[in-house]
Amino acid sequence: MTVRKYLILLAVTVFGASGDVCLARGMRDFGAVSSSNWRQLLTAFLNPWVIVGICLLILFFCSYLTALSWADLTYVLPATAVSYVLMALLAKIFLHENVTLEHWLGVGLITIGVGFVATGPSLTVPARHPRQESESAATRVVSQKSTRSEV
Amino acid sequence: MTAALTWAGIASIVLTATAGDVLQSRAMKEIGDLGAMRREKGLLQVVRRVVSSSRFMLGLLFMALAFFSLLITLSWDDVSVIGPASASLTFIANAFAARIFLKERVDHRRWLAALFVAGGVVMLAR
Repeated sequence: MTVRKYLILLAVTVFGASGDVCLARGMRDFGAVSSSNWRQLLTAFLNPWVIVGICLLILFFCSYLTALSWADLTYVLPATAVSYVLMALLAKIFLHENVTLEHWLGVGLITIGVGFVATGPSLTVPARHPRQESESAATRVVSQKSTRSEV
Repeated sequence: MTAALTWAGIASIVLTATAGDVLQSRAMKEIGDLGAMRREKGLLQVVRRVVSSSRFMLGLLFMALAFFSLLITLSWDDVSVIGPASASLTFIANAFAARIFLKERVDHRRWLAALFVAGGVVMLAR
């Protein structure tokens, strides 16, 4: 894993959490949407918070796809779950939502879960693309070393 | 609406979201490192390569199905039930699907990570 790849994982986390918070902030201006006023949803696309939220979520999706191009799905999903923690913090700071003790326990569980994958290899499948051959070989060596050290 | 229907909706969300994630992960591995490709050939070429992948487009379709399943299921029951249940079960389902369809080596660390994150999501979403 290079610094650039850690930055991509950080981008997935930050863009995902901030995009969701911006969407939530924007949708507060509209109130609850029901089947009788669903047309109101269309005007939501003109709300600046919603527009910024959508732009951030597009950046999230691009960085998520980039991460999936060189790391396992079972690595990317838990490693970027920090976005749930960030979302709770942003919701408390900017939306003044109540973050309970139960929420902080959830934050703790997610942090432990991220710690489990962060110590392992990011790619465990053979590369399907020539460009990834060298890195995949290196990953296998690191993986073998870590398995040996565990034994 | 009955609880059985709510759980059928949750199952639909989990299955379609997992199918979308697995298809997109497979498509990205086939295309190769997007960052390196962007530096070599430019952003336009990367976008062209990604959107021309039928697996990626199928993954996108499943993600859209997951989103609409979520919307429909939310009209049947509380978000406090559907949100945590679907998010946490999707984490677990992804671990199973990645092992079976993507042949990823899901060792004890990754299982524990999926379980801890799923548990954390349930508590955060309450």
